[in-house]
Amino acid sequence: MTTATLASADELLTDRRVPPLGGFNLTMLGIELRRILRNRRTLIFTLIFPATMFLAFGTGTGTAERIGDGNVSAYVMVSMGLYAAALTAAASGAMVAVERSLGWSRQLRLTPLNPVAYVSTKAIVALVSGAMAIAMVNLTGAVQGLPQMPASTWLACGVVTLVCTLTFAALGVFIGYLVPSENVMQILGPGLAVLSFLGGVFIPLEHGSGIWHVAVWTPMYGVAEVARAPLTGELTWYAVANAVVWFVLFVAGAAWRMARDTARV
Amino acid sequence: MSIQTTVSTPADPRHCAPPSAVRLSAVTKDFGDVHAVRGIDLDISPGEVVAVLGPNGAGKTTTIDMVLGLTQPTSGHVEVHGMGPREAVSHGLVAAVMQTGGLLKDLSVRETLQYTASLFARTTTVDEVLAVAGITEIADRKVAKCSGGEQQRLRFAMALLPDPALLLLDEPTTGMDVEGRRAFWAAIRRDAQRGRTVIFATHYLEEADQYADRIVLVSRGRVVADGTGAEVKALASGRVVRASLPEPDPARLRGLPGVDAVELRGDQVLVHTTDSDAVARYLLCETGAHDLEITSQGLEDAFLNLTGAQDQTEGAQR
Repeated sequence: MTTATLASADELLTDRRVPPLGGFNLTMLGIELRRILRNRRTLIFTLIFPATMFLAFGTGTGTAERIGDGNVSAYVMVSMGLYAAALTAAASGAMVAVERSLGWSRQLRLTPLNPVAYVSTKAIVALVSGAMAIAMVNLTGAVQGLPQMPASTWLACGVVTLVCTLTFAALGVFIGYLVPSENVMQILGPGLAVLSFLGGVFIPLEHGSGIWHVAVWTPMYGVAEVARAPLTGELTWYAVANAVVWFVLFVAGAAWRMARDTARV
Repeated sequence: MSIQTTVSTPADPRHCAPPSAVRLSAVTKDFGDVHAVRGIDLDISPGEVVAVLGPNGAGKTTTIDMVLGLTQPTSGHVEVHGMGPREAVSHGLVAAVMQTGGLLKDLSVRETLQYTASLFARTTTVDEVLAVAGITEIADRKVAKCSGGEQQRLRFAMALLPDPALLLLDEPTTGMDVEGRRAFWAAIRRDAQRGRTVIFATHYLEEADQYADRIVLVSRGRVVADGTGAEVKALASGRVVRASLPEPDPARLRGLPGVDAVELRGDQVLVHTTDSDAVARYLLCETGAHDLEITSQGLEDAFLNLTGAQDQTEGAQR
């Protein structure tokens, strides 16, 4: 131990600065990302499961048929990327609430960390882990070789999917506050799977069918249509409306629960 | 009934002295209908080691929360080194070890410290606080695998990172073993000598008496006593004279000067008195008393005398 680096009595009161950017920094971001990568359950559900789903649904007979700029296999791959990214982002969002229930947020309030810097860090973590999930599914598709679409379409689909995942980061925060436990993923996991079936992410919906009339109102429908739009070349007004309205609803829900919770921290 | 006893208010006002480390002026805090803090004035100078003592619900934790800016006072004013509490936290001037502060179980001890250190503009090194808190050997252990005492030491290490001018500790040694507790207080005393102000809430009364320069006794949201351990003990003054005496004369004992109470337990007699010499002289010279012992009332008794009687009437708060 070195006492030399300890400040003297006078120094205890001098050279006191407030950190820049409200305490936002890369060390914290790095540790937060490492936490995601170390969580085996998250890795299985977000990286391995969606890739497996793509191999199951995206490589069967008929997947070479043309859709828009590409083929059915590419269509399934984009869908699975969305599902994977949504799940990952929801898990990141739910962590905010879990950490709050564990008292970590209270601990952080004893530091200069600004709440905006904290939420920004979590949003970046959600986006980066979402991007990893999307990359994993796309890499599986590329290696497997069946999905076909122009590189620019491929890239456009990936970026649009990533933006869409923010909806589910907000959903994760919202549900995390409603069910503040470390097992919140056991609700979010199956919940998102059901929504994905309903929203036509796993199995294409037949336009105008009975299930379709229900599906257009569910939160996965809009983002799935939007994410595949660069490939299919079609985008209806109600799909966009669906995506926007659900995004606003989930953000509002998360903000509402967060504000209520802050009162007692 | 109210026991309002303020012992030795530190020389005040000190116009030329450096600003107080902590100043609370007429601070109150209500939670709905519950009055957790009912008006506290407190002035703590840099370098003081102050124990805040009080039964559960006295308002200790609420008061500490207000000094840290975790809670806003309902009325009154809190200042830390001349700044608002949140501002003082942002500048790394004040740190705390809280009972309720959570830790991330999936991080290692070292990562937790790196994470915390990254949030401050200037910190001492992670290795240094690991050493001071005595957890260098478990630096790579996951927090989930640490015992309660080890986690508490980790919280202590985290609090040391900004090298704060003011350190607040809420029941700091909970869960620590005897050895850990001793090392902990040795580190605290060392820092206090460098000028760090330390305020700790504790229910280990021995701890308050042993390690604090000053004890602030809080009951029902008010300061009921404020002074050194000796002064607070003297408040609930007196000693206990105990002896074996086969045929005591309780009436005669009660008649001695300074005697507050006489208890008989079998052939033992216990006399609570402010003049133990007179009681001892009487017992040894005029009766067949033997095995006589005189004990000073511990802080615990002083504590109960000052706060105990009134606490039944108030609902528990925080």
